[in-house]
Amino acid sequence: MSQSKTTSILDARILIPAIGDAFRKLNPKTLARNPVMFVVAVVSALTTFLLVRDLIAGGGNIGFSFQIVVWLWLTVLFANFAEAVAEGRGKAQAESLRRTRTETQAKLLKGDDIRNVKIVPGTSLKVGDVVLVEAGDIIPSDGEVIEGVASVNEAAITGESAPVIRESGGDRSAVTGGTQVLSDWIRVRITAASGSTFIDRMIALVEGAERQKTPNEIALNILLAGMTLIFVLATATIPSFATYAGGYIPVLILVALFVTLIPTTIGALLSAIGIAGMDRLVRFNVLAMSGRAVEAAGDVDTLLLDKTGTITLGNRQATEFKPVRGVTEQELADAAQLASLADETPEGRSIVVLAKEKYGIRARDMASLHANFVPFTAQSRMSGVDFDGSSIRKGAVDAVLQHIDRAAVATANGTASVIVREPQVAREVQAIADEIAKAGGTPLAVVKDGRLLGVVHLKDIVKGGIKERFAELRRMGIRTVMITGDNPMTAAAIAAEAGVDDFLAQATPENKLSLIREEQAKGKLVAMCGDGTNDAPALAQADVGVAMNTGTVAAREAGNMVDLDSDPTKLIEIVEIGKQLLMTRGALTTFSIANDVAKYFAIIPAMFLAFYPQLGALNIMGLQTPESAILSAIIFNALIIVALIPLSLKGVKYRPIGAGALLSRNLLVYGLGGIIVPFIGIKLIDVVLTTLGLA
Amino acid sequence: MTINGWIQILVFCGIVALLVKPLGGYMTRVFGGERTLLSWIFAPVERGLYALAGTSEREEQHWTTYAAALLFFNLAGFLLLYLLQRFQGALPFNPAGMTAVPPELAFNTAASFMTNTNWQNYGGESTMSYLVQMAGLTVQNFVSAATGIAIAIALIRGFSRASVKSIGNFWIDLTRVTLYILLPLCVVLTLVYVYLGVPQTLGAYVEATTLEGAQQTIALGPVASQIAIKMLGTNGGGFFNANAAHPFENPDAISNLIQMVSIFAIGAALTNVFGRMVGNERQGWAIFATMAVLFLAGVVVCYWAEAAGNPLVHALGLEGGNMEGKEVRFGISLSALFAVITTAASCGAVNAMHDSFTALGGLIPLINMQLGEIIVGGVGAGFYGILLFVVLAIFVAGLMVGRTPEYLGKKIEAKEVKMAVLAILCLPLAMLVLTAIAVVLPDAVASIANPGPHGFSEILYAYTSAAANNGSALGGLTGNTAWYNITLGIAILMGRFLVIIPALAVAGSLVAKKTVPASAGTFPTDGALFVGLLSGVILIVGGLTFFPVLAVGPIVEHLAMLLGQTF
Repeated sequence: MSQSKTTSILDARILIPAIGDAFRKLNPKTLARNPVMFVVAVVSALTTFLLVRDLIAGGGNIGFSFQIVVWLWLTVLFANFAEAVAEGRGKAQAESLRRTRTETQAKLLKGDDIRNVKIVPGTSLKVGDVVLVEAGDIIPSDGEVIEGVASVNEAAITGESAPVIRESGGDRSAVTGGTQVLSDWIRVRITAASGSTFIDRMIALVEGAERQKTPNEIALNILLAGMTLIFVLATATIPSFATYAGGYIPVLILVALFVTLIPTTIGALLSAIGIAGMDRLVRFNVLAMSGRAVEAAGDVDTLLLDKTGTITLGNRQATEFKPVRGVTEQELADAAQLASLADETPEGRSIVVLAKEKYGIRARDMASLHANFVPFTAQSRMSGVDFDGSSIRKGAVDAVLQHIDRAAVATANGTASVIVREPQVAREVQAIADEIAKAGGTPLAVVKDGRLLGVVHLKDIVKGGIKERFAELRRMGIRTVMITGDNPMTAAAIAAEAGVDDFLAQATPENKLSLIREEQAKGKLVAMCGDGTNDAPALAQADVGVAMNTGTVAAREAGNMVDLDSDPTKLIEIVEIGKQLLMTRGALTTFSIANDVAKYFAIIPAMFLAFYPQLGALNIMGLQTPESAILSAIIFNALIIVALIPLSLKGVKYRPIGAGALLSRNLLVYGLGGIIVPFIGIKLIDVVLTTLGLA
Repeated sequence: MTINGWIQILVFCGIVALLVKPLGGYMTRVFGGERTLLSWIFAPVERGLYALAGTSEREEQHWTTYAAALLFFNLAGFLLLYLLQRFQGALPFNPAGMTAVPPELAFNTAASFMTNTNWQNYGGESTMSYLVQMAGLTVQNFVSAATGIAIAIALIRGFSRASVKSIGNFWIDLTRVTLYILLPLCVVLTLVYVYLGVPQTLGAYVEATTLEGAQQTIALGPVASQIAIKMLGTNGGGFFNANAAHPFENPDAISNLIQMVSIFAIGAALTNVFGRMVGNERQGWAIFATMAVLFLAGVVVCYWAEAAGNPLVHALGLEGGNMEGKEVRFGISLSALFAVITTAASCGAVNAMHDSFTALGGLIPLINMQLGEIIVGGVGAGFYGILLFVVLAIFVAGLMVGRTPEYLGKKIEAKEVKMAVLAILCLPLAMLVLTAIAVVLPDAVASIANPGPHGFSEILYAYTSAAANNGSALGGLTGNTAWYNITLGIAILMGRFLVIIPALAVAGSLVAKKTVPASAGTFPTDGALFVGLLSGVILIVGGLTFFPVLAVGPIVEHLAMLLGQTF
């Protein structure tokens, strides 16, 4: 995996067009977006003019001037190249997306009759139109299923070839234009006009066309512009100092000093870093609707995580049969297994599995037993079987107790069966249930013919390794809050087992929203993910709201990121990517500024050599000639841009080791390293130049 | 360098460090409007003043109002001081019969004293009447110091308050600083100076006959009271031309020690005020430590350079360090220490001739000022100056921990960075550009006393000192010309107000922000790492800005000296 990532940075298919783009980006309008590089381009043009003048009029050290001018332009081109490479990676992705957007025909429905269709081009659809999509059709635009169920291939956007179910109502009603219906048919109400669909937005995002500078990037740009101004003052005043000393310094050398001093390294790579950050998310199958959201992800203080699917495996599993006094485990297991045979829910299946593994109870054939399966309903909150005049039910403890009461009333009214509620047994069941709940499990009472047999312990299985992840988050300074519909007792037990910092039990959309507001009032940034329509307000309120791609249109609109894989665990990676983005900017800024120390020691002695030869003592690198010193500095300044392109695309690695340790590490690498590296680099270039006789 | 010299330096450092906490505690209570030891005297006065001005303790100001009040107050002070000088001949308390100060000089002096710079293009004893000295200069010595402290407090409130609009009330801050801090300390210090032999009189100059029979006029005046505030308020404007080298201003080692301590006392204590106000004294100590590191580095280099002396002089058989331009009663260590203190803080008082320092010894005062005088700094000014550097340091370093940078829970964003950059930019603008113009103007160059790099340093030092609001002079330069009076006045005003306005804007922006609670993801700003980071950023930003100009000034002079060439 990492292999393919490294090769993709150096992919010729991206690098070669990027060279052409680097020249195209010399357009002043494009350059003006980046103040530092714009200034470099302006002074390069100035020196080119001076070179041409010298060529015509004669005079000056033409060979030396020519090399300076070439390297100045290369500095600009390398910056453009870095940006082009970053964009190129996005472009490749956009290209494959664009292919899915090929002209589609839509079956526009008039009225409710699904036979009354009119074939229109997909691009002519308006918001609110209703279309019919049948097996084999491409869904013409984003929309919401208003009738029917279909399996849909969403590989075009997710890269996942397994089809997904899309159905009206509920949380899986959103469909995306460009995806294909594989079976059945659906009626879809269009929610996005052509040109503003999800895929259109994706294309724009990955291409970087919609890229706007993020708040942090703006602040950094101000700092860089300020540094540039300081160096304008520092270099523009030198000629006058030289005049005082009775000397003269050529413009070319002043320009060389100026360009090497201003923060060209970070200036050149800044936009590439931003684009690459978004790109990393896209590779992760997460779409950020704005760069601002990615930055905010790095700042997140509180992470709201849904229990199910994120902290625990989606399904609860039976782990134990707890019979009441007078009933054997075997008996309880037998009844529970019978009640679950036809139950296709994961919980039901896990009961069958446990009964077999622990008590050797084999699966029985429902038909031969003449059994009749009673499915779970929201009213009864139980399921079970009826056979040979007896009935078994399993379900929530209170539901089962209620069921017995009702049955007892029914018996009193007529039939002769002996269903009597025994209060002490009910209390015993209640006690077992409480114990299970306290341990974080879900109790499931089993009753056969009105006789309580015991309780099945269903347990939430906490995902492997999740506790370590949370410890890691804690070291990053992020508080995790588990969101669950469970009662507080169960929630507390799972929270403790998973190692989250806090939990919100019996969560409703309202108290989720108020939790977010509370955290934000304390100045914290909150991230969460959600998929249902009722998550939309919370998603909109959160600073980073990741909507699941399987979710509803409302949820997708409310969030500022969409996870195409619909994997809520990704929030953690999203935070890391945000942090990486900020760190890379900071590291390269530090490196860029630290570099200046060596450049001064290269250029200042060379510059004043003619009239202050004493300053030769500052030539601590022992550079051979003044020309070579100046050229080496400017060549180093240009080459370091190219050398750092891979780092700016990959990003500085984030380590959850605490802010202090992280800072001292980065200061050591990029601060101290930034001071030392150019001393070595400039010296090496000097050796090469003088060996080749270039200066 | 001698053991004795180092002991004197360490005694000074020890006293300053010991004063930080008690003085900081007292000042915090003053700014918070709490009852203090002196409330029984000053509280009624304070209330009376507010009633007279039609304001009250509860009235708070938005940063723009605060800035407007400050600018208005300073403008009024400037005009008053200008007019006093112009009309001193017609005004009382003028026993020496001084005539009107010329307009350019009056402008320069008014700008200089209103901004706590106290650059003096005149000799006090031969130019200013007692009235101008007392009602003009000394008054500005108090209020310019109080202004600086008020701004520092306003900026601290930007960090200590959250989600509000106001940063305090300028009039109240000004009144409290003057009444509770500057006045009482100055009364005590004046008495001490008088006890140590500093004159304090409104009588006329004394005529004396020397042993040789010559007639000599001995200048006197209300010296002790002016010296007290001159040092405590980091003003630095001497009563006499020779400043703290004059035996009437600074008679002996004890008075010298008291003066050095009083230069640093308030500025250093402000770090503690900061720590207390933001609820974590360690934050204040971290800034104090940064200042201490930079200060001690300067002292070591300066003392070493002066003690090492000039190899060319040694070659002539004269052993020892560089005593040229130094008072024998202070010696090399206390002269070097004083020079570093006076330029680290924006005091500008001198007890030795900086012009006569070795090139490297003179480099340190120059760098201290070019860094913006943030090592303790001028009262208040140094503190808000270093906080602006903190904003920059935090911004770059904060990114490296992967979060939007934050300091004390306040996010550092575009607005703060913009303002900090503006403030930091104004120093090179004033120092470098004006120097660059002056060194190519024949009239301006004519004012220098020495040719070559040393003369260059004289001009550079003048603009650096003016823009940094220091007020000390390298000497040698004849500053009382129309060109220098006006351009130095401009540099002074730029260096003061182009920093104050952005600093208050930062305060206004921060005060409205929420305070984010610290977590393991925010890097600690009260430890050694932060001290190292902040010192590094200050040195690198300052160093990169001024390296070329220092190279063609003191550095080349030093290298030339090693090669046997002097200027």
